[in-house]
Amino acid sequence: MDLRKTKPLHLVTPVWNRGTRGIRGLSRAVAPEGSQKKGRSLLQFLADRFYDVQALREYLLRKQVLKVHQKNRPFTYIKERFGPHAAGAYFILKQGGAVKFQGKEWIRSDARGHFSLDFLKFQAVPVEAVDASGCAINYQGLDSLLALKELQSLWLQRCPHVDDWCLGRLHPLANSLQELSLAGCPRISERGLASLHHLQNLRRLDISDLPAVSNPGLTRILVEEMLPSCQVLGADWAQGLPSGPEEQSRDTASPIPA
Amino acid sequence: MLRRALQPGLSRGVLGRGLGTHRGRSTLDQNGKVPEIKKKVQSVLPGGAWNPLHDTSYLPPEHSDVVIVGGGVIGLSVAYWLKRLEKPRGAIRVLVVERDHTYSQASTALSVGGIRQQFSVPENIQLSLFSVEFLRNINEYLAVVDDPPLDIQFNPSGYLLLASEKGAAVMESNVKVQRQEGAKVCLMSPEQLRNKFPWINTEGVALASYGMEHEGWFDPWCLLQGLRRKVQSMGVLFCHGEVTRFVSSSSHTKTTSGEEVTLRRIHEVHVKMDRSLEYQPVECALVINAAGAWSGQIAELAGVGKGPPGTLQGTKLPVELRKRYVYLWHCPQGPGLETPFVMDAGGAYFRREGLGNNYLGGCSPTEEEEPDPGNLEVDHDFFQDKVWPPLAQRVPAFETLKVRSAWAGYYDYNTFDQNGVVGPHPLVVNMYFATGFSGHGLQQAPAVGRAVAEMVLDGHFQTINLSPFLFNRFYLGEKVQEHNII
Repeated sequence: MDLRKTKPLHLVTPVWNRGTRGIRGLSRAVAPEGSQKKGRSLLQFLADRFYDVQALREYLLRKQVLKVHQKNRPFTYIKERFGPHAAGAYFILKQGGAVKFQGKEWIRSDARGHFSLDFLKFQAVPVEAVDASGCAINYQGLDSLLALKELQSLWLQRCPHVDDWCLGRLHPLANSLQELSLAGCPRISERGLASLHHLQNLRRLDISDLPAVSNPGLTRILVEEMLPSCQVLGADWAQGLPSGPEEQSRDTASPIPA
Repeated sequence: MLRRALQPGLSRGVLGRGLGTHRGRSTLDQNGKVPEIKKKVQSVLPGGAWNPLHDTSYLPPEHSDVVIVGGGVIGLSVAYWLKRLEKPRGAIRVLVVERDHTYSQASTALSVGGIRQQFSVPENIQLSLFSVEFLRNINEYLAVVDDPPLDIQFNPSGYLLLASEKGAAVMESNVKVQRQEGAKVCLMSPEQLRNKFPWINTEGVALASYGMEHEGWFDPWCLLQGLRRKVQSMGVLFCHGEVTRFVSSSSHTKTTSGEEVTLRRIHEVHVKMDRSLEYQPVECALVINAAGAWSGQIAELAGVGKGPPGTLQGTKLPVELRKRYVYLWHCPQGPGLETPFVMDAGGAYFRREGLGNNYLGGCSPTEEEEPDPGNLEVDHDFFQDKVWPPLAQRVPAFETLKVRSAWAGYYDYNTFDQNGVVGPHPLVVNMYFATGFSGHGLQQAPAVGRAVAEMVLDGHFQTINLSPFLFNRFYLGEKVQEHNII
């Protein structure tokens, strides 16, 4: 096996985290291409030769995706019984985030994922802040958040499944949303940030540390121009500017894809 | 542990398949020994024309259940849905014949890549909504184990359609239909428009409709490559060649009204290899005409439209080549990040391209000044005369701009009603169409592929009822009028 000598076989995915395996696996998948190692594992070798192994791996890949979908199913029963605010809060707490009802304390789930269901009694009290940092929330799961019409602060830090499509969907919150944090989301690019111009009441926007944004400094300036009344946190303006002549030529090389 | 071990490692390059033997055809000529053996055989048996070791691996198969003519985004999408909806795995053998492997003239690669729901025909809106869903979940639909995920580069910036006094009523009724179908579109008055986009000059604008969600533009090349990769992994065969002839049989029957008609059935497709006189007859059960701008010629080869005019037999496929220009310009003071895909009332359009104040746009010429579609050369005067004046009037910042580059692409223009043709031909019974989308084929391709696959496999449309788009309408004269074509 000369394969073994040249490149280490990795049977196990390098990033391994018990609770959020599926999430990590997928978020790794969207990392820029440069970070992907060009290694061949034994499994790939087998999958190239046996249809069964290939089919099994396809099935497992599908299952990973399905798991995220399952986590993002709306709780229609709670919505019908207790109203959209309780349903949204329940959804976020189930995901491992935290919510704050108007005039109340933050509610957070404990280390084992348990939380008290007292908030179901609040009924008419709206949710004013949601901290969904690190949650597996995706496009479908946003449904529950968009029903929270008086949401003022939304933290979506390091959410592996929040992408440009999700940002294009935040416009129903335009009237209330004042604070939005997208820091560290691996799938958000400048294309999605452009659609935030619907949120004209925004006062604070955190767009720091977005790996998929090609020119963080320029993007920040453009976002500031687009949302004049909003304080934008993020990359320093000098970051992402060409530092040498070679980079400069690359930037201006081909703006058109076709 | 086993599950851990079977986690699909997504870390490998594109060339990773090199070692596999069941992928791609294995050729005999691996060490260059074939010519040597051939020479030996010829020296032993001189004079014989019989050549036992002729390598034919580059030819398409001798028979295939479905032959798809055209490997653009529509053809590949049909192939994808055929393979996905087939009941037992591997039940259908699909061959995609593509003339130009570099896609240098294909409409797919030269498209601007817009996607919108602001159509007037409900079917078009449904097609587009389905496609948006497909694009959004593209990494679930087109996931290939071990290959990196696709980045479709979708810009969710929306479309902004402007209407003059005259078109306002039409726009209002269109938006009503769009909302009924589930598109998120809102109407804006000139006042609101000025507030939202201060760079627009609202002179002559009576009403605007603006797509809030699911509209924008994406990278067509990425969709094409993703489909190609997925379809290949599903076992669809590709062939670099051109369809030159259909071998068909015909039978005569009478319609209920006593009219005599000739039914034809295609049995063989002759595929001429690229840059060679060699051709391969491929026996097939079905032919799908997805040749885009050239589908009229393919239909003619199959005998569509060869008959006395005014009859069903004499009804041609009214799809022809039309050349459209796209210009890319730089304008330092131009509109910012929030710029949507703007379509003026007169037909001129533009959109932002990247972050560097670059914009691209164009305009459809009128019927009289249609350019010669023989080549893909760009007419720069057209920009000066037809594209720039309306855009500079609409966006005053565009009065100073510099054209950086330009290109031309083809529309598969349906001269009858500018809508797609989907489904079987009534007389050439095993030719199915998926063509004629007149510039919005790219954005509707995923849904069209599914519709055609359903038609082939089930005999009727299931997800989206496209019966208004059947070929019969050309004979019956029932136009599906679309008001929003650019």
